[in-house]
Amino acid sequence: MDFYSFLIQVLNSIQYGLLLFLVASGLTLVFGIMGIINLAHGAFYMVGAYLAFGLTSLTGSFVLSILLGIPLMLVIGALLEWALFSFLYERDHLEQVLLTYGLILIFEELRSLIAGDDVHGVAAPGWLSASIPLGDTMSYPVYRLVISGACILLAAGLFFLIQKTRLGMLIRAGSHDRDMVQSLGFNINLIYRTVFALGVALAAFAGMLAAPVSSVFPGMGGQVLIVSFVIVVIGGIGSVWGALFAALLVGFADTFGKVFVPDFSGVIVYVLMAAVLLWRPEGIFSKK
Amino acid sequence: MNFPYSLWSKLILLAALLAFPALDMPFYAELVAKTLLFGLFAMSLGLLVGYTGLASLGHAAYFGIATYVVALMTPGYEAASFWLTFPAAVLISAASALVVGLFVLRTKGIYFIMVTLAFAQMAFYLFHDTALGGGSDGIYLNARPDATLFGSKLIDLDKPLHLYYLIVLVLVLGYLFLQRILQSPFGRVLAGIKSNEHRMRSMGYPTFRYKLAAFTIAGGIAGAAGYLYAVLFGFITPELLSWHHSADVLLMVILGGMGSLGGAFAGAVAFIAMQEIFSSFTKHWQLVMGVVIVVVVLFLPGGLVAIPRRARAAFFGGASDE
Repeated sequence: MDFYSFLIQVLNSIQYGLLLFLVASGLTLVFGIMGIINLAHGAFYMVGAYLAFGLTSLTGSFVLSILLGIPLMLVIGALLEWALFSFLYERDHLEQVLLTYGLILIFEELRSLIAGDDVHGVAAPGWLSASIPLGDTMSYPVYRLVISGACILLAAGLFFLIQKTRLGMLIRAGSHDRDMVQSLGFNINLIYRTVFALGVALAAFAGMLAAPVSSVFPGMGGQVLIVSFVIVVIGGIGSVWGALFAALLVGFADTFGKVFVPDFSGVIVYVLMAAVLLWRPEGIFSKK
Repeated sequence: MNFPYSLWSKLILLAALLAFPALDMPFYAELVAKTLLFGLFAMSLGLLVGYTGLASLGHAAYFGIATYVVALMTPGYEAASFWLTFPAAVLISAASALVVGLFVLRTKGIYFIMVTLAFAQMAFYLFHDTALGGGSDGIYLNARPDATLFGSKLIDLDKPLHLYYLIVLVLVLGYLFLQRILQSPFGRVLAGIKSNEHRMRSMGYPTFRYKLAAFTIAGGIAGAAGYLYAVLFGFITPELLSWHHSADVLLMVILGGMGSLGGAFAGAVAFIAMQEIFSSFTKHWQLVMGVVIVVVVLFLPGGLVAIPRRARAAFFGGASDE
């Protein structure tokens, strides 16, 4: 493997890892703060990708579809929290699994009813469709670099929000002691609703960004969900840093696995997880 | 005779199952057979979820591995021996569960759910991506196992009737076995682990080993169900190991109500009935299924087995936890 193809694989690993981070961070936040295991999280990724597909064909602009899609997903997230998830806080994890699995079936069938079961491509905006030449024969698409850039900005914003803002402080406090935050006069339900909507929007945004690269297809949500679970397990539940680290690790393992051992590329990520479990069952970045 | 109510209902159910083929409805006989083997599958998971407090979201892996064992042991059109393939399928499924259990049982609660899912996915990709079992296209079981015993062809699995009774027999044996385990001291320890593992450990029980044993047994019984599935339908795909399949069986257990084998069985019956009914009138039956699931979780904690009790409480008043 020469230097340029190695570089391309490294860039692909980082891009894939960062995209996974957007999905996994929402999953780990919703679990860490609200104590909810959400199997439907991958479905939000899928809905995001299909929204990008649908809104791009409607409006003719990919950027506009993202600008319209994100507020829409924030609203959908808040509505779902209000209508369904708010009833799950006191429930057993199993019931959470069950309800959110039911939601997956609903989302997948709605997708099938509205958009059909075909694979669709989404065009990246024209001004991003260029490629940077690498060496004599290879090149790297600018759009993938833009994905990585957007993810890094968003990750930075997320850390700032959680660590430096008043809302972030309330979110962290709420994850420790829900009742205490409430009795200090803050509306904990509103805080939870915000976190949930944020998680939904992050997953959907990841789906929108991924749509031009991976195209949109049935089952894309489930695939991302399970990899995100692996990331959360490796990184430690509730740890955003852990999710970032684990997402990049998984990005590299998956991308280079596909190059070196194509037959076993699907398995590699899980072997990685098994190794981490033996070493630190609570995840690498867990506080316990 | 003075059998308790629950025993009577089971004997009546068994008599109905034994008499069913007399109605001569081959399509429904196959459907009933399918329901029974899923009932066995659900009961094996019930041992983990309902009695030990281990919510596995990867139980289809052991079901699926057994289907591949019988297919791979029957490479051509030559039937393999039932007496060889059945124990092999059960043992290999149990051994896989043992190995996976060594990893997943190090985790608890929500981690356990995610990790069992991830390991099942690993098995899924192993069959999906490699040429081992025909890849994503799946594999046909070209010849049903041969159950010749001491030269006599008393049982012939190519006859649907024989296969039906074999499935009933395995179900009954599986049920009795699980029932026996649960009433043994071993089962009491599992129940203790479910309600308070710390306390069990401080009382000196090696809880990890007990959980591992339960996980292995559940894997073996799921393997028995998977074996019967492969023999009944003769076609095996990696989808049998997929997480949707694992979620389906978990649904059956929760739908029926945890903490009783009968509940898990009832859940399987209800699930397959819903699947058949909904899919008969719409291609998008999963939408209806999804709505049913959401409604059950929100309004029916305790599952189907709680309905009679709730109805009684609603009619006659009084405590609903009677």
